[in-house]
Amino acid sequence: MTVDNSQAALGFFQSRFGVDQKVMHDLLSVALSRGGDFAELYFEHRQTSMLQYEDQIVRQTSGGVIQGVGIRVAVGDSVGYAYSEDFTYESMRHAANTAAQIAQSSQGIANPVDAAKLANANLYPVEKPSVDARALEKLELIRQADSAARAYDPAIIKATVLFSDQLKRVIIASSDGRLAADVQPLFDFRISVIAEEDGKRERGAMSLSARYGLEYFETGNRAEDMGRNAARQAMTNINAVDAPAGTLPVVLGAGNSAVLLHEAVGHGLEGDFNYKKLSNYSDRIGQKVASELCTVVDDGTIAHSRGSLNIDDEGNPAQYNTLIEGGILRGYMQDRISGTYFDGQITGNGRRQSFRHYPMPRMTNTYMLNGDNTFDDLVKSVPRGLYCVDYGGGQVDINSGDFVFSVTEAYLIEDGKITSPVKGVNLIGNGPDILSKVTMVANDFQLSSGGWTCGKNGQGVPVSQGMPSVLVSGITVGGTAA
Amino acid sequence: MDNNELDLDLAEAVVKKAIAGGADEAEVVYRQGFDSEVKIRKGKVDLLSEAQPKALSLRLYRDKRAAVVYTSDFGKEALERLVAQALDMTTIADPDPYGGLPDPADLAKHFEAELGLWDPSVGDIPTEVKIEMVRRCEDAAFGFDGRINNTKGSSFSSHLAQVGLVNSLGFAGSYKVSTCGMGLDAVADDADGKKQNGWWFTRSHSFKGLKKPEEVGRIAAERTIRKIGGRKVATKKVPVIWEPLMSSNLLSTLAGTLTGDSFERRATFLLSLEGQKVGSDMVTIVDDPLRPGLPGSRPFDGEGVTSRRNNLFTQGVFEKFLFNTYTARKTGRKTTGSASSGMGSLPGVGTSNFYMEAGKTSPAEIIAGVEEGLLLTEMIGFGFNPVTGDFSRGAVGVWIENGKLAFPVAEINIAGNMKDMLANISQVGNDLDFLFSVAAPTIRIDNMTVSGL
Repeated sequence: MTVDNSQAALGFFQSRFGVDQKVMHDLLSVALSRGGDFAELYFEHRQTSMLQYEDQIVRQTSGGVIQGVGIRVAVGDSVGYAYSEDFTYESMRHAANTAAQIAQSSQGIANPVDAAKLANANLYPVEKPSVDARALEKLELIRQADSAARAYDPAIIKATVLFSDQLKRVIIASSDGRLAADVQPLFDFRISVIAEEDGKRERGAMSLSARYGLEYFETGNRAEDMGRNAARQAMTNINAVDAPAGTLPVVLGAGNSAVLLHEAVGHGLEGDFNYKKLSNYSDRIGQKVASELCTVVDDGTIAHSRGSLNIDDEGNPAQYNTLIEGGILRGYMQDRISGTYFDGQITGNGRRQSFRHYPMPRMTNTYMLNGDNTFDDLVKSVPRGLYCVDYGGGQVDINSGDFVFSVTEAYLIEDGKITSPVKGVNLIGNGPDILSKVTMVANDFQLSSGGWTCGKNGQGVPVSQGMPSVLVSGITVGGTAA
Repeated sequence: MDNNELDLDLAEAVVKKAIAGGADEAEVVYRQGFDSEVKIRKGKVDLLSEAQPKALSLRLYRDKRAAVVYTSDFGKEALERLVAQALDMTTIADPDPYGGLPDPADLAKHFEAELGLWDPSVGDIPTEVKIEMVRRCEDAAFGFDGRINNTKGSSFSSHLAQVGLVNSLGFAGSYKVSTCGMGLDAVADDADGKKQNGWWFTRSHSFKGLKKPEEVGRIAAERTIRKIGGRKVATKKVPVIWEPLMSSNLLSTLAGTLTGDSFERRATFLLSLEGQKVGSDMVTIVDDPLRPGLPGSRPFDGEGVTSRRNNLFTQGVFEKFLFNTYTARKTGRKTTGSASSGMGSLPGVGTSNFYMEAGKTSPAEIIAGVEEGLLLTEMIGFGFNPVTGDFSRGAVGVWIENGKLAFPVAEINIAGNMKDMLANISQVGNDLDFLFSVAAPTIRIDNMTVSGL
């Protein structure tokens, strides 16, 4: 796309639905008809497509459009929210009136929205959005992944491959006159396999996701590698022994292990939990909350990454935000409302699942910076422990900071060497406690390219995360081999 | 919401268009409704939201090639585009001999039975009444114990929905569901800057079916207070007592391994265990969409097949998997009327009211019988491998010593294998209640690994 993203999105809504700046201004005036601090419109048009490949046939093709406008009126931190699934003025006006019910004073003033100040950064230029690419091109990639998985070992008896993608166009217009718009491409490519050997069965799964078109697959053999990797994981697990139980030193491998950062630290640093004093990180800015080896950032500006955004869902540009620097807590992630409790701070973290949802402070790409050690230094220092490579997902209780994440690929470390694969590993701990136990950080940073989705209050948004390999001196490992 | 006929007519028109355009079979599923939510936090209104969601999904087959499309735009032009798009997409799919609509004989014919799902007054509850109720709920929590000093909010939500299904085999049916619910998430300070929370809620198809706000607030507060001071325990094997919310959670996990999808993909630890004794004698598990008034009740399944009761485990014997039409055909079985509705995708397999039958022992007696063990009150994380049955989750609870609740525990993990866990269920409580569509009473599972220090 050579056309500026924000102009492209504005032009799309205007030509297809007649939504222009006058309509936006009129709706904002209706939304403020009973007063309020601000009103905001979030227009969304999301085109999706999906191909499902199983037992070497295309079993399903599906696609559709999700479209609508979400209207928010805020009075302090009280929110009125309504949405309309069509763009007829009558229906949108009804939603604006409904959202207005939160306020109880007199007509507020909506400034005309101003297209002159549109941001025009583009972190994810694509040759052609994959949702518009020919299905046959995606099928070719699907077949490459499928063949590579099945060729890896005859024990791979089943492979299911999904290629789904979307193109999301958004406009955010606010009663203070701000206008922002974006076009956001995203693909999500997944394979899961089942291996069966000597009466034992196991699974393996891999995913790839980025804000790219299909040109992403022109370099390297990314589709084949993904398929082979899923098969390798299943075969590794089929030979795995039961995980130990108890507290052990753990080497968290580079890249995917950042699920730990996301769960153990990230959620607790979201601004809403902190102004409401619900997080175990509340009121702790400037305090030591991690080992001095840890510097953690949330960065929405990485080109083409799944978690990146030109603008967040409140129209603010995504930013590079330092959360923890050398173990000291530096800042939280904010949306428009939570930021007002922190000197009007704007961090570009206001995100929502769709026009049906109001925004909240959310992560983008969360990662830890490199340290000085090598990966070998970490492993060699462990007499008996675990090396964790890939994860099924995690969850945190942000009030206490207690978290859990399940490991889908892990190995024992015995006498400083990586030995047998283990299965059924869970890691349990408390965020600040675990980060204080980081005793070595390697220099092998990786950003995960997996298709991670972060859930909060029932809303899912695409994110990514990354880190170098890290040694934690003790984590509770929940296995069955006591 | 008022004109039911119009919607079935519209759906039928789309089906006809698809057939006229060259589809061999077609089906339209639609949902539309009214959602509203009121939330307060520390006595102040936090959120008022209201919306009328709607969606229509079209599934069609041409030469056994499937396509599924969806839209929220019901305009004439949009629907014409939708049909053309779906027909076009069938050229990409491969022929799948097992694909297609249900066998006509399986389709529901009489679904007028009163399932008690609809109370239109749920849509008419004044906002002021809801605000007053959630205030009482939050006040009850604050009043229960001075250590409750914060909440994540108390909310009241109501939903009205109409679900319709029309297919080219002549099936046309719709039904309405109303749901309202109220809940609270309370917060208290713990040591070292830690905070603890606990939530509770009530839900019903009718307004009068809701529990009192004071009861909801009190239980949320109790669940918060009992977590304060939670600590780790040494790693060991002990019996674990699962509160109903936790045993229901375990049943949800089990449900995923009972589907025709996982059977067909060989992705379940139950794969070769049909007809065998897997659980203990105490384990009887049923899926029954026809029990009136429950959260998962429905007159027909997600592809219009007759709803029926399915016995899954009877006194420990694993009887069968749940199938939709596709997974049944592909594996040489019969549908069990368990299709989940595919809005925008092919139908999956899902449960309706999925529950473990109650036993005779009271929860208090079950706890009293434990020398040393864990009363499990919360789990976090997603540690379950459906292929092997390996189960491992983070846990929060209360330690039991000599039949008495001794102290709160946190940052621990419980692990086992689902097959062993089912076999090790040694007691089942008499406290079955349908908070969710998946429900179970208090249960005792022996010999689970608790990891901590």
